[in-house]
Amino acid sequence: MTKQNANWSPYDNNGGTCVAIAGADYCVIAADTRMSTGYSILTRDYSKICKLADKCVMASSGFQADVKALQKQLAARHLIYQHQHNKQVSCPAMAQLLSNTLYYKRFFPYYSFNVLGGLDNEGKGCVYTYDAVGSYERVGYSSQGSGSTLVMPFLDNQLKSPSPLLLPAQDAVTPLSESEAVDLVKTCFASATERDIYTGDKLEIVVLNQEGLHREYMELRKD
Amino acid sequence: MSKSAVDVPFQGGFNFDLCRRNDMLSKKGVKPPSYRKTGTTIVGLIFQDGVILGADTRATEGPIVCDKNCEKIHYMAPNIYCCGAGTAADTEAVTDMVSSQLQLHRYHTGRESRVVTALTLLKKHLFNYQGYVQAALVLGGVDCTGPHLHTIYPHGSTDTLPFATMGSGSLAAMAIFESKYKEGLTKDEGIKLVVEAICSGIFNDLGSGSNVDVCVITKGHKEYLRNHLLPNPRTYVSPKGYSFPKKTEVLLTKITPLKEKVEIIEAGEAMEE
Repeated sequence: MTKQNANWSPYDNNGGTCVAIAGADYCVIAADTRMSTGYSILTRDYSKICKLADKCVMASSGFQADVKALQKQLAARHLIYQHQHNKQVSCPAMAQLLSNTLYYKRFFPYYSFNVLGGLDNEGKGCVYTYDAVGSYERVGYSSQGSGSTLVMPFLDNQLKSPSPLLLPAQDAVTPLSESEAVDLVKTCFASATERDIYTGDKLEIVVLNQEGLHREYMELRKD
Repeated sequence: MSKSAVDVPFQGGFNFDLCRRNDMLSKKGVKPPSYRKTGTTIVGLIFQDGVILGADTRATEGPIVCDKNCEKIHYMAPNIYCCGAGTAADTEAVTDMVSSQLQLHRYHTGRESRVVTALTLLKKHLFNYQGYVQAALVLGGVDCTGPHLHTIYPHGSTDTLPFATMGSGSLAAMAIFESKYKEGLTKDEGIKLVVEAICSGIFNDLGSGSNVDVCVITKGHKEYLRNHLLPNPRTYVSPKGYSFPKKTEVLLTKITPLKEKVEIIEAGEAMEE
């Protein structure tokens, strides 16, 4: 009898795109709100953005059941941290925690493509980008998800982040103002929606700065 | 006269010689290239004076939209049109081919083409290719015997129906038709229903999108309403616009003259013309 492979997969892809851009004293994290499976739409109003700490927000696309489990895991670990250290976790620390949590399940991964955004200990914007098993890097901007291949080249063209291999180390954050960065994100999503069938419906934009967290929404194409 | 067995190459049709090689490659893990499908919603219905066909305008290559405004309602004859779903190349090729055959037939007979003629030509071709020509069609038209609407499946089977939907959005569109269709619709009611069914496919099926095309065929007259409805405008255009550098950035200019590196040997005869 020839070897038969599994006819059932534990994973599914719910689609969607996430973007994050770091500024001098702010961070913009955005994701669309469409959740789909195959060629059907499950809901037009699902938030992919999760606030992990006061200065740390994560956006994840991929298999939303795994994303939900991951968010719960991180929230529980954050609570323990707060009990032990009597303070909120910083963004770089949370970035490391997320990487470790993902690698812990190296041989049955979370099907979750994450981008973490927030303010570092000096109040500057920071963005960390991940793959499904926890490899991460601090960058000036990133996108993940089904529309990432459409958004990333445009961000590279407009933001042109210096290579992390350059010496002396250059700042990865963009010189754009907060409103310009939000404008850029809106254009990215309007364009990605035109060409990616899994991106659309509504755009959720979260902006983190010293004043706190600000959320806004924008309509996208629903077809 | 000697009898020589000459291997005459098989005329026309597909050549299946490479099937073994493809099989071997797929066992090694080499994936075949994907083709462009229309991932579509196409519909047709019969109303009191004739036939109305409708289609969306999105063409996809996997998860990416490759054409936001393609034409899925193809011309077959002055009184017959055909909507196509499935592989875009197959629908184009098969409708163009049958359209030419119908024209030749019109010259031969001196009469207006009949819908059943187009139907038979299409189904014969598709059955002959055993489903490898992936074209799912909604054929509609009005001829001397009245209005006709047919669906044709990739393997060659056909149905004759008062209302029909095909493509990935067919269930969304059929839900609308099953709820609201009735016999003896007027032209405006019919167009409204077709637009509603296509919109249902556009908004609920990810393989369909963009605009609605409609084609109304009655005895002796047809109306091809390209982009009859545009329910999906771009939601955001940045007010300040974007500038892109006009040319590729020059990072380094270095000129290495090659003349010093080439030895010119004077010996040898000149080339003959």
